[in-house]
Amino acid sequence: MPRPSRSAKKRKARKPVCRKTTVKPKRASNKRAAKKQRAAARCRAPVKRAARRRTTPKKRPVVRRPPSTTHPSLPSLPADTPVPGLPPVDTPPPPPPPPDPPPSDPPPAGVHRYNGPFGIEQATRLLWRAGFGPRRGEAAHYAALGLDGAVAALTRASGAAQLIGPEPYAQNPDGGGYEPIQPGVRFEHDHLHWMDRMVRSTQPFVERMALLWHDWFGVSDDNVGQYTLLARHIDLFRAHGRGSFRDLARLVMQDGAMLVRLDGVFSQRHRPNENFARELMELFTLGPDRGAYTERDIREAARGLTGWSGDFHQPNGWAHFYFDAQWHDTTTKRIFGVVDDYDPDDVVDACVTHQLHPSFFVLKLWSAFVATPPPADQRVALERLYIERGHAVLPVVEAILKHPAVYEGPPLVKSPVVYAAGLLRALGSGIQTIGWTGITANAGQRLHYPPNISGWREDRWLDTSTLHARWELAGLALDPHALDGSSPYPAQETPAEAVAMALRFWDDPPLRGDTVEILVETAGRLAQVADGNLPPQGRNALRQTILRHLVIASPDGQVC
Amino acid sequence: MSGCNENVRAGQVRRAVAGEGLPAIEPGMPLPAGTGMTRRSLLLGGAGLALTVFGGRMLAPEAFAEGVAAASASSADAPVIVSVFLSGGVDGIALLPPVTDPRYTPSLRPTLWVDPAGTLALRGSTAMRWHPSATAFKDLHDRGRLTLFPAIGYTNANGSHFTSRHFYEVGATDPDGVTGWLGRWLDVVGEDHNPVQGFTVGQTLSPSMATARVAVAAAESPQQYDFTTPGVYGGWHQELLRGYERLGTLTSSDPVLGAARAMHRDAADLRRSLSAPLGSGADGYPGNRLGSRLRDMARLLGVGLPIRAAAVDAHADFDTHAGQGDTFPEQIDECGRALAAFQADLEARGIADRVLTVIWSEFGRRPDENGSGGTDHGAGGVAFVMGTRVRGGIEGEFPGLQSLDGEGNLLPTTDFRALYASILEQWVDADAEALIPGAAGFARYALLR
Repeated sequence: MPRPSRSAKKRKARKPVCRKTTVKPKRASNKRAAKKQRAAARCRAPVKRAARRRTTPKKRPVVRRPPSTTHPSLPSLPADTPVPGLPPVDTPPPPPPPPDPPPSDPPPAGVHRYNGPFGIEQATRLLWRAGFGPRRGEAAHYAALGLDGAVAALTRASGAAQLIGPEPYAQNPDGGGYEPIQPGVRFEHDHLHWMDRMVRSTQPFVERMALLWHDWFGVSDDNVGQYTLLARHIDLFRAHGRGSFRDLARLVMQDGAMLVRLDGVFSQRHRPNENFARELMELFTLGPDRGAYTERDIREAARGLTGWSGDFHQPNGWAHFYFDAQWHDTTTKRIFGVVDDYDPDDVVDACVTHQLHPSFFVLKLWSAFVATPPPADQRVALERLYIERGHAVLPVVEAILKHPAVYEGPPLVKSPVVYAAGLLRALGSGIQTIGWTGITANAGQRLHYPPNISGWREDRWLDTSTLHARWELAGLALDPHALDGSSPYPAQETPAEAVAMALRFWDDPPLRGDTVEILVETAGRLAQVADGNLPPQGRNALRQTILRHLVIASPDGQVC
Repeated sequence: MSGCNENVRAGQVRRAVAGEGLPAIEPGMPLPAGTGMTRRSLLLGGAGLALTVFGGRMLAPEAFAEGVAAASASSADAPVIVSVFLSGGVDGIALLPPVTDPRYTPSLRPTLWVDPAGTLALRGSTAMRWHPSATAFKDLHDRGRLTLFPAIGYTNANGSHFTSRHFYEVGATDPDGVTGWLGRWLDVVGEDHNPVQGFTVGQTLSPSMATARVAVAAAESPQQYDFTTPGVYGGWHQELLRGYERLGTLTSSDPVLGAARAMHRDAADLRRSLSAPLGSGADGYPGNRLGSRLRDMARLLGVGLPIRAAAVDAHADFDTHAGQGDTFPEQIDECGRALAAFQADLEARGIADRVLTVIWSEFGRRPDENGSGGTDHGAGGVAFVMGTRVRGGIEGEFPGLQSLDGEGNLLPTTDFRALYASILEQWVDADAEALIPGAAGFARYALLR
């Protein structure tokens, strides 16, 4: 049986990995690019956005950007106000129409449904929870669909996803200049490749669910050492992440990345390997310390899971995984008190049909969308829904996305990669630098590299170190658009107008009134900075850059 | 997207929020996601050290700085306990092959059996010998700086990394324990104002340090910490920073936004007060995480920070389910060299007589090799105490491979709580029975010369 050298694989995988402080963007070339971008932006800045007429599809309510209703203290900017430094951004196409007639599944029994107003504020929150925040101008489209329509437009998107918006590229570390994204070739590019999909896919919910399952199953390329397996692993989540959890768990069990990560490959009847069996119960389906299983169940399950094998050849690594019956333990096993001749699928089924699985599943799924735990009766109703729909994921997620807890409860901290992708979506920008990988990692979330098999710690996204990295993420998004003292900018602008413009730059994110007050106060103080070298336009342009950075790096900007 | 360990009561317990106990929500419920814990940041200008402080009363940073200064003066000679965690479950049978045991043969371990001819003599034993890569361990042991516990654990071993580690951290086989074994001692001897008394080298608190009363702290090496914006300079940058700090003055009764705003305030405070970064320490440390963390630890002790207990997670990968023969030798070599460099550094600084280091892992591994060239989770494992004042040698019997537990695992001959009780009584003169549940029922080992 050919065995890859584990240490060789690890060394290969680890060489460039996650030494947090060493993964820094190349600032020098970055600055050159930024300067070029700024020059280009200056040329375009005076172009009136009004010249680009928005086409409104027929039979669809005309959607207008409302004035900044959330901040009555600020002057309202007309929808077509040009934003200095930001080239006119194509308004994204409206979301594909929801199934017509709208989904007619009976409302799940006993699960509360949000019945309040569904405007831009609620649509924005939905887009952050079920995706990566609104694209510029997009929240109004979703608001016009109403709650059911907006949820269905996200969750039931079908057909092939399109990537719309600027193509990603990054600095070429060898020859200078820029190059397309090459996942699996350049170390940082796998992260850029997926993040680009988060920024540009017409089906953001599919990517968000893939991220959720990536976190749930916690496989890291640090352990696997072969990006092609991780890419297939994530594709599996894209294809099956909205279907049945039982099917998903079975597919993950026989997925190459998981077989390698938890030693399912080459686990044979003579000497079963318990690694996957244990995490299947402890982390993926049942949870520890609840009396759901015993050590004996793990060992018996490990016997039931034996038989998976694979081909490994240098230099290309793993090529093919298959079930080889001769290595499978066909004798009877006793799992959760039931004696049978379990095969690998049976073992997964035993876990998913375990009576303590629905409570584990619902709580874990809920916590991905809502910051506070569900009330007991709601949890029970969701468990019932999950069982009645035969372990289907989508009905439970849709029920959560329509739950009052999403719209009336506290906000949720955006995960680092959600925050990062959302910055670019708000600007209509694309990935232009390799820095997104290292700085998102510094903020606590390097795609394809969760810290361990239990995924990321969502309760700990914010600390003094990750907040600093989020400041730098905002800087990366701002950089190509940053105004300086020589940028064209109006010479006359009140502090409140300056803040309104900084909010508009980010597509009017929902900041609280007290934050807006401090920003206006800061804008007033910035007007007093002693700098005799700058004309009034230059002073206002520089002030604008500062306000833009503060707006989106503010604590309010970290949550939605 | 919560990792499932967050979703159960024991998962929360393992996080052991110092001074807070379980959150006041329904048992089994997670904290509001993403909000972080009750922790504050603090800079110790003298040491150039950015701290995250856990628990204790809410005090101004100045009070902490004064408290640390006062404690430095009063506890200059106080004994220190350093806890080093080798994560993943170290294979004691690979580290110390029982070469004379009739069951220790290539059929037990087809790929992992080590030819006794290549092993290194273990002082005081013929039954076991050191793995060929354990030269640093052997050297420490030969010089009497290291005491070996060859089969430590507890009855009814729990095979979960998370749960078994939790037991070691809280010093009890209690899934609901909320304070750490060192944290409970600090609650007795510590002071409100000195968070460095319980010090974790790492980004977040070691649960073994979780206290109910006094503050404790964690810190990774501080990094460059400033908030800049492209093209913004001089007075403009000063106003930008002022705006950043002003945003940090906001509070909120919303649990999520309130926590985000509090953390923003910490970031602003930290930026304001952060000065010089930590310099490099002595030479001889390997370049791994354990090496750099122990080097920082020695330096902090060397500059007189009033540390009473410290915890270091090696971030090792001893969970060798597959291909163990490829990774184990390198890991054990690096860990051994890091520990040896730490001990040498302490001795060179003249503070070694104050420091006792306890080295542990959450469990041992199964004697039988699995089919992947690795070993699965076991029961009895290895632990060490290290220092200039330890007696050295071997404590507790090696039980042999003839009679294993029902799972085919090594039977522990030393309970980890017996080791803790011995350390608390002999090294820091504490009342072990008040700190370790059931301590009266465990043996004691004479640890010190």
